[in-house]
Amino acid sequence: MTFRGGIHTPEEKDRTKGLPIQTAPLPPKVVIPLSQHSGAVCEPVVNKGDVVKKGQKIGEGKGPVTSTIHSSLSGKVVDISPHPHPFGSSVLSVVIESDGKDEWTPVLKENEDYLSFDTQKLKEIVREAGIVGLGGAQFPTHVKLSPPDGNGIEYVILNGAECEPFVTSDHRLMVEKSSEIIEGLNIIIKILSAKKGFIGIEKNKPDAISTFNSQLSRPTIVGTPNSQLEVVDLNIKYPQGSEKQLIKSIVNREVPADKLPVDIGVVVNNVGTAYAVYEAVRYGKPLIERVITITGNGVKEPRNLLVRIGTSFDFLIQNCGGFAGEPEKVIMGGPMMGIAQYTLDVPVIKGTSGIVVFLKESTSPHPSLQRRGLRGDEYLPCIRCGRCIDSCPMGISPNLYGLYAERGMIEGGRDFIDEAQKWDVMDCIECGICSYVCPSNRPLVQFIKYLKSEVKKKTKNGKR
Amino acid sequence: MEKDKKSEIQLLLTPPPHIKAEESVRGLMSSVIIALIPTTITGIYFFGIPSIVTIFVAAVSSILFEFFYQKIVRKENTISDSSAALTGLLLGLNLPAGFPWWGTVIGSFIAIVVVKHLFGGLGFNIFNPALAARVFLLISWPLQMSTYPKPASIFSGLVPAGIKQGVDAVTAATPLTVVKTIQLSHDLSRSIETATKISWFDLLIGNRGGSIGEVSVIALLVGGIYLIYKRTITWHIPLSFILTTAFFSTIAHLVNPDTTANPVFHLLNGGLFLGAFFMATDYVTSPITKKGMVIFGIGCGFLTVVIRQHGSYPEGVSFAILLMNMTAPLIDKYLRQRKFGG
Ligand code: SF4
Ligand code: SF4
Repeated sequence: MTFRGGIHTPEEKDRTKGLPIQTAPLPPKVVIPLSQHSGAVCEPVVNKGDVVKKGQKIGEGKGPVTSTIHSSLSGKVVDISPHPHPFGSSVLSVVIESDGKDEWTPVLKENEDYLSFDTQKLKEIVREAGIVGLGGAQFPTHVKLSPPDGNGIEYVILNGAECEPFVTSDHRLMVEKSSEIIEGLNIIIKILSAKKGFIGIEKNKPDAISTFNSQLSRPTIVGTPNSQLEVVDLNIKYPQGSEKQLIKSIVNREVPADKLPVDIGVVVNNVGTAYAVYEAVRYGKPLIERVITITGNGVKEPRNLLVRIGTSFDFLIQNCGGFAGEPEKVIMGGPMMGIAQYTLDVPVIKGTSGIVVFLKESTSPHPSLQRRGLRGDEYLPCIRCGRCIDSCPMGISPNLYGLYAERGMIEGGRDFIDEAQKWDVMDCIECGICSYVCPSNRPLVQFIKYLKSEVKKKTKNGKR
Repeated sequence: MEKDKKSEIQLLLTPPPHIKAEESVRGLMSSVIIALIPTTITGIYFFGIPSIVTIFVAAVSSILFEFFYQKIVRKENTISDSSAALTGLLLGLNLPAGFPWWGTVIGSFIAIVVVKHLFGGLGFNIFNPALAARVFLLISWPLQMSTYPKPASIFSGLVPAGIKQGVDAVTAATPLTVVKTIQLSHDLSRSIETATKISWFDLLIGNRGGSIGEVSVIALLVGGIYLIYKRTITWHIPLSFILTTAFFSTIAHLVNPDTTANPVFHLLNGGLFLGAFFMATDYVTSPITKKGMVIFGIGCGFLTVVIRQHGSYPEGVSFAILLMNMTAPLIDKYLRQRKFGG
């Protein structure tokens, strides 16, 4: 089973897929943004000058969809002000200088008897631990684990596809922490009273697949019977790790266009999220660190590192031997959907799966443009080659969005926006494939983002 | 010190994706040009020096027209995307060897300036430029366009001189023309059966009258398969086009064996293979979805047979493709692919 469309990108995972996770050294300071989740931004609950411990809560959000934020080291709050955020803007952040002692806050407590906890208590722990989707979406996990009444959840899927090129953080976590991930899955299944759990892993990670399989072949003592858990090896195809495509590949159900996975009885979590759930429930640990891959031809010693949230990119790249030459691009996340950074002062956040560094001349995207001496951002008209349409995993029409956006921008016509909406532009998951395959080098994803924002503006105005 | 070094770093800020497939417009156009090499060579082999002249004039004048047009209207110059060169080559291959050079230049003008650029340039033209130019020439200069030199190897000493030496010993009617003449004359003493008795071998290698690039089925197949293998095109249009032509010509032959040629004759003659693999598959003027491509190919095949049987021209491939070009936008509009979850 698989989904329609998709592409094979170069994998580029060899640099780091065999390297065990190392713990990054204690940074001298961390910058912790108060928004690392979708939903309401947190309010700081500490003041400048306060002494904080590792794991102490420093930010809390109000409203149904939000999360909590904790200090990732012990030390002193030296500043609370806007700082560069890897998403591009400035975000209110808590700056903490390390006291070098790295002490845990005393309020955390281990729960050896967590199996006896009821659903409500488990959800509360997940919420308090500030756990969000670690695959990149950063959706608050406790919200995902509280489906609206009447939505019975049949399947829980753990996403271990890791289809972004270069990145291997989930891969290493799966190889090294498989039993913890399975426990995390058990907890999630219990919270949702689901029938079955799947762990989906792309076939290019055979060691992770066999580790899970051997774990599951042992009899369980407590928790979900292993017969209800299944490892699924997935085709190596981008975007296999995209939620809707993953569900299609594993349980052969399609999430309807304007619906969510819960509407068809499925909940998907990243494997890293399941690990964080286990750590929170079993050891009381809030989400203050995560595994990331630092890689690309631009770093001297690529690594998989366990890093504290708030550590600066600069500190981590230095820790990997520094740049291997003149860097051109530093990307948070993988090269397909990751975000290019303008400064190295940005911190690692909960959704950071990796830092990819490209050297000058290595990302220039288009051989033909290069030969013509054009810059990478120049593009040609659509030649209707159909490549974008063939590869689009959502089955929509990227070529048209390019045309509509161009006309909309130049002629300012509103009807092009309507037309784009009729042609399902809002279904786009921004996977980047259309831009990747286009021989005319058309920035289709950008065009789509423009159209989406125009559609949103229009519907907002319409409602008023 | 450290700080200073860091702030000097200029990082490139571009939106995702940050990597890109190798393919480029020029690469795609070039692979079509490469795929045309076998049929260009067989064409030159059979039709000699005049065919070289025709192809050369077509290609160079197409490139020049694009260059000067863009100069005049002050548009960015795009000849380096190779699409004008490809159009020129295709036009040359669609003409009879020895076609007057000034006619070829007019053809290039029609293809590049009128059909391509006046319709908005690369990506916006409705008609296949080379084919539209060919049809324009066919209507304007029917005699010259249907004067096909007899094929002869350039090594055999019989160099066809085309138009210059008059329309006698060195020219030959194409097999399809012979059939059409018989059909139109209703002279059943010349039976179609004997007229279509040409050795399959000759038809396959291209030893027959016709446009420079259309005669050798083998060479066209090699090029076409190369394009499919390189994923420059897909099988949908060529296969549906050829199979549909086979299907309807079989039916026509079964119904009217006396007045119609057999299906094998239909497949191996005329411009079917050149049309199916190289003309109908033009991205810009054919549908964009796979479903649409199949419909398009079926339409082309059907119209080809209809025109060959009932039209006043012996050959219908060019007209069929041009007619279907007009339907491509409609096909795209009504044959959307199924969206995920929809
Ligand atoms: S970015 Fe959107 S339109 Fe482009 S391929 Fe992905 S889903 Fe399709
Ligand atoms: S890939 Fe680019 S050139 Fe091809 S159809 Fe899509 S937008 Fe047009």
